[in-house]
Amino acid sequence: MTQQTGTEHNPFYDASLTKRHLRAQAFKLFTLTSIVFAISFLVFFLGDMVYKGLPAFQQSYIKIDVAYNEKSLASTRKAIDKKYRRIVSRSWLRGIPREVENNPALMNTTQTRWVLLNHQVDQYLKGHYYKVKAKNIKLVDAMQADGLVELKFNEIFFTHGDSKIPENSGFKSAVVGSILTLTVMMVVAFPLGVMTAVYLEEFADDNRWTQLIEVNINNLAAIPSILFGLLGLAVFISLFGMPRSSPLVGGLTLALMTLPVIIVSSRAALRSVPDSIRQAGYGLGLTKIQVVQDHVLPLAFPGIMTGSIIGLAHAMGETAPLIIIGMIAFIPDTPTSIFEAATVMPAQLFTWAGMPERAYIERTAAGIMLLISVLIAFNTLAIYLRKKFEVKW
Amino acid sequence: MKPFELKQRNHNLKEQIIHFCLISAATVSVLTTFGVLFSILFEAIEFFQMRSFWYFITGIEWSPGVDNSKFGALPIFAGTFMITLIAMAISLPIGLGSAVFLSEYASPFWRDKLKPLLEILAGIPTVVYGFFAAITVAPAIVNFFASLGIQASFNSALASGIVMGIMIIPVISSLSDDVIRAVPDSQRKASLGLGMTEGETILHIVLPSALPGIISAAILGLSKALGETMIVVMAAGLRPNMTWNPLEDMTTVTVRIVDALVGDNEFNSPDTLSAFALGLVLFVVTLVLNVISLSLIRKFKEKYKVNTL
Repeated sequence: MTQQTGTEHNPFYDASLTKRHLRAQAFKLFTLTSIVFAISFLVFFLGDMVYKGLPAFQQSYIKIDVAYNEKSLASTRKAIDKKYRRIVSRSWLRGIPREVENNPALMNTTQTRWVLLNHQVDQYLKGHYYKVKAKNIKLVDAMQADGLVELKFNEIFFTHGDSKIPENSGFKSAVVGSILTLTVMMVVAFPLGVMTAVYLEEFADDNRWTQLIEVNINNLAAIPSILFGLLGLAVFISLFGMPRSSPLVGGLTLALMTLPVIIVSSRAALRSVPDSIRQAGYGLGLTKIQVVQDHVLPLAFPGIMTGSIIGLAHAMGETAPLIIIGMIAFIPDTPTSIFEAATVMPAQLFTWAGMPERAYIERTAAGIMLLISVLIAFNTLAIYLRKKFEVKW
Repeated sequence: MKPFELKQRNHNLKEQIIHFCLISAATVSVLTTFGVLFSILFEAIEFFQMRSFWYFITGIEWSPGVDNSKFGALPIFAGTFMITLIAMAISLPIGLGSAVFLSEYASPFWRDKLKPLLEILAGIPTVVYGFFAAITVAPAIVNFFASLGIQASFNSALASGIVMGIMIIPVISSLSDDVIRAVPDSQRKASLGLGMTEGETILHIVLPSALPGIISAAILGLSKALGETMIVVMAAGLRPNMTWNPLEDMTTVTVRIVDALVGDNEFNSPDTLSAFALGLVLFVVTLVLNVISLSLIRKFKEKYKVNTL
């Protein structure tokens, strides 16, 4: 109050000041809103994925009698009572002959087993959209009241490959495919990237060739990833005749894409090693290569590792170039070598997201939860390494 | 020969071999860029031998896969432009606002907490954004506009544009944040000393100083949006559609590239090769944008003598 009465006599009083302060406040509020928006989107988004994906970690089973005999081996649907045939999973029944093979004592007996339900009934039990006949709903409801229907942990998701039957599909072959592809990528990109960085930081003179390389690396980092897919298709597959859809081609393509990330971070790590280390080495009569190999590189190694892990995480989520080179093939079996057709985690998610059955949506979201967890773990590891080994010179 | 000399010789040879290996490794990066360029260029040239270049640039009908196939890419460019425009309209204000908040207003405590969170946004794979756009955002948009009595497509440009915009926020905010922090403190102090408010200082002094860097960040975001594939493949349409209505379905360059190469077409058919023609356009545009972006940031660095960017 006193201030307001004072301002009337104040020769420096500016009538527009209140307005200006209001405007400054509004601007601050705008910046605050934008970051709150970005963060709340992240929270909403992750929440949405968890909400959609969590049901996929459980799968419904029903406790019924299964007959193991000649008839049921010949036609597996005859192993169970007629009224259950529309609600249990075809893929589970298909496993009966193998079960008998592994355990011949089962032959000519009738066992009470927990049998996998099909995806429509599963979706009904989870409260999603479903297509099940009213008669079968009644049956399932009655059996659930008796405790004969249960949601159990979904092992299949972790132990099976892709399948056209939703309840039988899993993430395993995609995980293995990702591991193979990323291994090829790191084997190629890590040494190349580190060597390039060492050359540019420690050996290269500042001439035209070096400048060309530097401009190139900057541009390489800005090329849209899908164009690396075109390169992979035109060069590795068409020209060199490497097997399509294979982790070999995928890994090489991703390696070229990740190269700039590794080079840039390795250079930063090498640059942070102080010159006194190098000079001390020279002073003791070491050659340039000895100095780099025994002193500079080991000191820069944590930084190089951090950059490489970030590059690895980046490549792990990359889909577009891999689609172009055919890594979205239907892969039910786990690939065993880098020359076989394979799929990777994000490509598997892409395939599932395009499937019409509702049950694939929760599987996609569950796969996303797994993928993002791995990515966050990798990034955390990178930050941990940086913090732990960071040297303040 | 004295043993010492022999050792020295071996050393020299070894050093030379290592040196050679290092140079070869560095050359790979150059080869890769040219590899990308030439692999796309040669196939694109093959395409333009079969189909007119002029019609590709100006034609408005894109109908592959039929006997009398036509390849006029204008509607595809229009769709790309529209989705990119929506993405930039979202990411530019929000990304810049976040950057200003982090660099000018936030206490170090909040800065350390918020910045990694924003970077998580950058680390989410684009296929995940695509899934989110297709499953959550697109139906929400359809429902929202249906309640207003307007019909929207499930493959609307708006859905993929919005999600793409969110994806680009960290690209813009991260570089802008670095640039704004690199503006010397003396400028802020001088402005505050002259009686400007905090908001005026930022708007009239700090941001104009940081402008080259901010434009560079925006261009980087733009080039990311143009080349983004998974979001549009999953959430945008396949139909080349020239319209100003963002609620209609549209297609983009990247969608058509994927569509042309995923099918079972013969490799040397115009249908497949059209992907390389589109790829060439994408390559040239993003390369030009990147060169502009790099030269702007270099100017900024020289002006304020900073090396940390």
